[in-house]
Amino acid sequence: MRRNLIFILMSVEIMLNGAGVAFVAAGSRWGQPDGQIMFLFILAMAAAEVAIGLALVLRLHHQHHNLDADAISDMRG
Amino acid sequence: MEAAFYIAGAVAVISTVFTITRLNAVHALLYLAVSLLSVAVAFYTMGAPLVAALEVIIYAGAIMVLFVFVVMMLNLGRRAVESERRLMQGKIWVGPSVLSALLIVEVAYLIARTGLPGMPAGAGSGVLDPKQVGIALYGPYLIGVELASMLLLGALVGACHLGRPVSEKAEVRYDRNSDGSRARSGGNFVRAGVGRSTDAP
Repeated sequence: MRRNLIFILMSVEIMLNGAGVAFVAAGSRWGQPDGQIMFLFILAMAAAEVAIGLALVLRLHHQHHNLDADAISDMRG
Repeated sequence: MEAAFYIAGAVAVISTVFTITRLNAVHALLYLAVSLLSVAVAFYTMGAPLVAALEVIIYAGAIMVLFVFVVMMLNLGRRAVESERRLMQGKIWVGPSVLSALLIVEVAYLIARTGLPGMPAGAGSGVLDPKQVGIALYGPYLIGVELASMLLLGALVGACHLGRPVSEKAEVRYDRNSDGSRARSGGNFVRAGVGRSTDAP
Protein backbone atom coordinates (compact mmCIF):
# COMPACT_ATOMS: atom_id res chain seq x y z
CA MET A 1 0.00 0.00 0.00
CA ARG A 2 1.37 3.41 -0.91
CA ARG A 3 1.83 5.84 1.93
CA ASN A 4 3.32 8.88 0.24
CA LEU A 5 1.51 11.94 1.53
CA ILE A 6 1.71 13.79 -1.78
CA PHE A 7 -0.06 10.92 -3.50
CA ILE A 8 -2.63 10.75 -0.73
CA LEU A 9 -3.46 14.42 -1.25
CA MET A 10 -3.60 13.99 -5.02
CA SER A 11 -5.97 11.07 -4.64
CA VAL A 12 -8.19 13.12 -2.36
CA GLU A 13 -8.30 15.77 -5.07
CA ILE A 14 -9.30 13.14 -7.61
CA MET A 15 -12.09 11.87 -5.38
CA LEU A 16 -13.43 15.38 -4.74
CA ASN A 17 -13.30 16.05 -8.46
CA GLY A 18 -15.28 12.89 -9.11
CA ALA A 19 -17.93 14.01 -6.64
CA GLY A 20 -18.06 17.34 -8.43
CA VAL A 21 -18.53 15.62 -11.78
CA ALA A 22 -21.45 13.70 -10.33
CA PHE A 23 -23.04 16.90 -9.02
CA VAL A 24 -22.64 18.80 -12.28
CA ALA A 25 -23.90 15.86 -14.35
CA ALA A 26 -26.98 15.54 -12.16
CA GLY A 27 -27.62 19.28 -12.33
CA SER A 28 -27.27 19.20 -16.09
CA ARG A 29 -29.62 16.24 -16.32
CA TRP A 30 -32.44 18.02 -14.51
CA GLY A 31 -31.61 21.47 -15.84
CA GLN A 32 -31.08 23.02 -12.41
CA PRO A 33 -28.12 25.21 -11.38
CA ASP A 34 -27.90 23.57 -7.96
CA GLY A 35 -25.38 21.00 -9.09
CA GLN A 36 -22.98 23.67 -10.29
CA ILE A 37 -23.37 25.53 -7.01
CA MET A 38 -22.49 22.41 -5.08
CA PHE A 39 -19.46 22.06 -7.32
CA LEU A 40 -18.42 25.60 -6.41
CA PHE A 41 -18.61 24.69 -2.72
CA ILE A 42 -16.60 21.53 -3.36
CA LEU A 43 -14.05 23.68 -5.19
CA ALA A 44 -13.67 26.05 -2.23
CA MET A 45 -13.37 23.12 0.16
CA ALA A 46 -10.75 21.44 -2.01
CA ALA A 47 -8.70 24.62 -2.20
CA ALA A 48 -8.77 25.03 1.59
CA GLU A 49 -7.95 21.37 2.12
CA VAL A 50 -5.00 21.34 -0.23
CA ALA A 51 -3.56 24.52 1.27
CA ILE A 52 -3.65 23.12 4.80
CA GLY A 53 -2.54 19.67 3.66
CA LEU A 54 0.48 20.89 1.76
CA ALA A 55 1.49 23.15 4.65
CA LEU A 56 1.35 20.10 6.91
CA VAL A 57 3.38 18.11 4.38
CA LEU A 58 6.07 20.79 4.35
CA ARG A 59 6.18 20.86 8.14
CA LEU A 60 6.34 17.07 8.31
CA HIS A 61 9.15 16.95 5.77
CA HIS A 62 11.04 19.54 7.79
CA GLN A 63 10.80 17.46 10.94
CA HIS A 64 10.96 13.84 9.76
CA HIS A 65 12.73 14.22 6.38
CA ASN A 66 10.42 11.83 4.63
CA LEU A 67 6.84 11.80 3.41
CA ASP A 68 5.71 8.49 4.84
CA ALA A 69 2.31 8.63 6.45
CA ASP A 70 3.44 6.05 9.01
CA ALA A 71 6.26 8.32 10.16
CA ILE A 72 3.86 10.45 12.17
CA SER A 73 2.47 7.53 14.10
CA ASP A 74 4.89 8.24 16.94
CA MET A 75 3.59 11.72 17.62
CA ARG A 76 2.61 12.36 21.18
CA GLY A 77 -0.99 13.03 21.87
CA MET B 1 -21.64 16.96 -28.73
CA GLU B 2 -22.20 13.43 -27.49
CA ALA B 3 -19.01 12.17 -29.08
CA ALA B 4 -17.05 15.10 -27.66
CA PHE B 5 -18.31 14.30 -24.18
CA TYR B 6 -17.38 10.64 -24.48
CA ILE B 7 -13.90 11.45 -25.81
CA ALA B 8 -13.29 13.88 -22.95
CA GLY B 9 -14.54 11.32 -20.45
CA ALA B 10 -12.29 8.63 -21.86
CA VAL B 11 -9.29 10.96 -21.67
CA ALA B 12 -10.22 11.78 -18.07
CA VAL B 13 -10.44 8.12 -17.06
CA ILE B 14 -7.19 7.17 -18.80
CA SER B 15 -5.22 10.08 -17.34
CA THR B 16 -6.63 9.48 -13.86
CA VAL B 17 -5.61 5.82 -13.99
CA PHE B 18 -2.12 6.90 -15.03
CA THR B 19 -2.12 9.45 -12.20
CA ILE B 20 -2.65 6.92 -9.46
CA THR B 21 -0.27 4.34 -10.91
CA ARG B 22 2.80 6.49 -11.50
CA LEU B 23 5.60 6.16 -8.98
CA ASN B 24 7.19 9.55 -9.58
CA ALA B 25 5.25 12.47 -8.19
CA VAL B 26 6.06 14.78 -11.11
CA HIS B 27 4.75 12.30 -13.67
CA ALA B 28 1.60 11.85 -11.62
CA LEU B 29 1.16 15.62 -11.49
CA LEU B 30 1.42 15.87 -15.27
CA TYR B 31 -1.29 13.28 -15.70
CA LEU B 32 -3.41 14.91 -12.98
CA ALA B 33 -3.29 18.23 -14.83
CA VAL B 34 -4.43 16.48 -18.01
CA SER B 35 -7.19 14.79 -16.04
CA LEU B 36 -8.48 18.08 -14.68
CA LEU B 37 -8.40 19.71 -18.11
CA SER B 38 -10.34 16.84 -19.64
CA VAL B 39 -12.93 17.06 -16.87
CA ALA B 40 -13.23 20.75 -17.72
CA VAL B 41 -13.90 19.88 -21.37
CA ALA B 42 -16.49 17.34 -20.22
CA PHE B 43 -18.19 20.07 -18.14
CA TYR B 44 -18.27 22.30 -21.19
CA THR B 45 -19.93 19.65 -23.30
CA MET B 46 -22.38 18.93 -20.49
CA GLY B 47 -23.59 22.52 -20.70
CA ALA B 48 -21.84 24.04 -17.70
CA PRO B 49 -19.43 26.65 -19.09
CA LEU B 50 -18.94 28.57 -15.83
CA VAL B 51 -17.88 25.45 -13.98
CA ALA B 52 -15.60 24.46 -16.85
CA ALA B 53 -13.82 27.81 -16.67
CA LEU B 54 -13.51 27.58 -12.88
CA GLU B 55 -12.14 24.06 -13.15
CA VAL B 56 -9.39 25.27 -15.47
CA ILE B 57 -8.63 28.39 -13.43
CA ILE B 58 -8.75 27.02 -9.90
CA TYR B 59 -8.07 23.30 -10.14
CA ALA B 60 -5.67 23.16 -13.06
CA GLY B 61 -4.25 26.57 -12.26
CA ALA B 62 -4.04 27.26 -8.56
CA ILE B 63 -4.11 23.83 -6.98
CA MET B 64 -1.73 22.35 -9.54
CA VAL B 65 0.67 25.22 -8.92
CA LEU B 66 0.55 24.48 -5.18
CA PHE B 67 1.32 20.81 -5.78
CA VAL B 68 4.14 21.57 -8.20
CA PHE B 69 5.67 24.08 -5.79
CA VAL B 70 5.63 21.61 -2.92
CA VAL B 71 7.02 18.76 -5.00
CA MET B 72 9.79 20.97 -6.32
CA MET B 73 10.55 22.34 -2.85
CA LEU B 74 10.88 18.91 -1.31
CA ASN B 75 13.79 17.76 -3.44
CA LEU B 76 16.11 20.70 -3.34
CA GLY B 77 19.84 20.64 -3.83
CA ARG B 78 22.12 18.51 -5.92
CA ARG B 79 19.68 15.64 -6.19
CA ALA B 80 17.18 17.92 -7.90
CA VAL B 81 19.51 18.65 -10.80
CA GLU B 82 20.00 14.98 -11.53
CA SER B 83 16.30 14.32 -11.25
CA GLU B 84 15.56 17.24 -13.58
CA ARG B 85 17.96 15.81 -16.13
CA ARG B 86 16.38 12.40 -15.77
CA LEU B 87 12.94 13.91 -16.16
CA MET B 88 13.79 15.79 -19.30
CA GLN B 89 15.48 13.02 -21.26
CA GLY B 90 12.85 10.36 -20.83
CA LYS B 91 9.76 9.76 -22.88
CA ILE B 92 7.53 10.86 -20.03
CA TRP B 93 6.06 13.81 -21.83
CA VAL B 94 4.64 11.70 -24.65
CA GLY B 95 1.60 10.36 -22.81
CA PRO B 96 0.31 13.66 -21.39
CA SER B 97 1.11 15.43 -24.66
CA VAL B 98 -0.93 12.96 -26.69
CA LEU B 99 -3.89 13.25 -24.33
CA SER B 100 -3.65 17.05 -24.24
CA ALA B 101 -3.43 17.19 -28.05
CA LEU B 102 -6.62 15.15 -28.21
CA LEU B 103 -8.28 17.62 -25.87
CA ILE B 104 -7.15 20.69 -27.76
CA VAL B 105 -8.34 19.22 -31.06
CA GLU B 106 -11.69 18.60 -29.43
CA VAL B 107 -11.93 22.14 -28.02
CA ALA B 108 -10.95 23.60 -31.40
CA TYR B 109 -13.67 21.54 -33.05
CA LEU B 110 -16.26 22.71 -30.53
CA ILE B 111 -15.28 26.36 -30.93
CA ALA B 112 -15.27 26.09 -34.71
CA ARG B 113 -18.71 24.55 -34.64
CA THR B 114 -20.44 26.98 -32.31
CA GLY B 115 -18.52 30.21 -32.83
CA LEU B 116 -16.17 31.76 -30.37
CA PRO B 117 -18.19 33.81 -27.88
CA GLY B 118 -21.14 31.46 -27.78
CA MET B 119 -22.21 28.84 -25.36
CA PRO B 120 -22.17 25.22 -26.49
CA ALA B 121 -25.14 25.14 -28.82
CA GLY B 122 -26.42 21.79 -27.81
CA ALA B 123 -29.53 21.84 -29.99
CA GLY B 124 -31.97 22.79 -27.30
CA SER B 125 -30.13 20.95 -24.54
CA GLY B 126 -30.20 22.79 -21.26
CA VAL B 127 -27.15 25.00 -21.12
CA LEU B 128 -26.94 26.61 -17.70
CA ASP B 129 -25.26 29.93 -18.32
CA PRO B 130 -23.44 31.80 -15.55
CA LYS B 131 -26.36 34.15 -15.02
CA GLN B 132 -28.64 31.43 -13.70
CA VAL B 133 -25.87 30.04 -11.53
CA GLY B 134 -25.12 33.47 -10.10
CA ILE B 135 -28.76 34.21 -9.35
CA ALA B 136 -29.16 30.91 -7.55
CA LEU B 137 -25.81 31.30 -5.78
CA TYR B 138 -26.67 34.65 -4.25
CA GLY B 139 -30.32 33.80 -3.70
CA PRO B 140 -31.09 30.65 -1.75
CA TYR B 141 -27.44 29.66 -1.28
CA LEU B 142 -26.24 32.88 0.33
CA ILE B 143 -25.54 31.20 3.65
CA GLY B 144 -23.41 28.65 1.84
CA VAL B 145 -21.36 31.41 0.26
CA GLU B 146 -20.77 32.95 3.67
CA LEU B 147 -19.76 29.58 5.10
CA ALA B 148 -17.36 29.02 2.20
CA SER B 149 -15.78 32.40 2.86
CA MET B 150 -15.35 31.53 6.52
CA LEU B 151 -13.78 28.22 5.50
CA LEU B 152 -11.33 29.95 3.18
CA LEU B 153 -10.45 32.46 5.90
CA GLY B 154 -9.75 29.60 8.27
CA ALA B 155 -7.59 27.90 5.66
CA LEU B 156 -5.68 31.14 5.14
CA VAL B 157 -4.97 31.56 8.84
CA GLY B 158 -4.05 27.89 9.21
CA ALA B 159 -1.68 27.93 6.26
CA CYS B 160 -0.01 31.09 7.57
CA HIS B 161 0.40 29.47 10.97
CA LEU B 162 1.77 26.20 9.63
CA GLY B 163 3.98 27.76 6.99
CA ARG B 164 5.85 30.23 9.15
CA PRO B 165 9.62 29.72 9.18
CA VAL B 166 11.01 27.45 11.86
CA SER B 167 14.58 27.86 13.00
CA GLU B 168 16.75 26.41 15.70
CA LYS B 169 15.90 29.37 17.88
CA ALA B 170 12.33 28.24 17.83
CA GLU B 171 13.22 25.36 20.08
CA VAL B 172 13.80 27.82 22.91
CA ARG B 173 10.88 28.04 25.24
CA TYR B 174 8.27 30.66 24.76
CA ASP B 175 8.52 32.43 28.09
CA ARG B 176 12.20 33.27 27.70
CA ASN B 177 12.20 34.21 24.06
CA SER B 178 8.99 35.96 23.26
CA ASP B 179 9.84 39.41 24.52
CA GLY B 180 13.33 39.31 23.07
CA SER B 181 12.21 38.29 19.62
CA ARG B 182 9.48 40.84 19.64
CA ALA B 183 11.93 43.54 20.66
CA ARG B 184 14.50 42.42 18.09
CA SER B 185 12.00 42.65 15.31
CA GLY B 186 11.88 46.38 15.88
CA GLY B 187 8.20 46.91 15.49
CA ASN B 188 8.03 44.85 12.32
CA PHE B 189 4.77 43.08 12.91
CA VAL B 190 5.27 40.61 10.10
CA ARG B 191 8.44 39.25 11.64
CA ALA B 192 7.40 39.82 15.23
CA GLY B 193 7.31 36.70 17.31
CA VAL B 194 8.93 34.53 14.69
CA GLY B 195 11.32 32.95 17.12
CA ARG B 196 8.52 32.02 19.41
CA SER B 197 8.02 28.36 20.16
CA THR B 198 4.57 26.87 20.29
CA ASP B 199 5.20 23.58 22.07
CA ALA B 200 2.63 23.26 24.76
CA PRO B 201 3.77 22.28 28.23
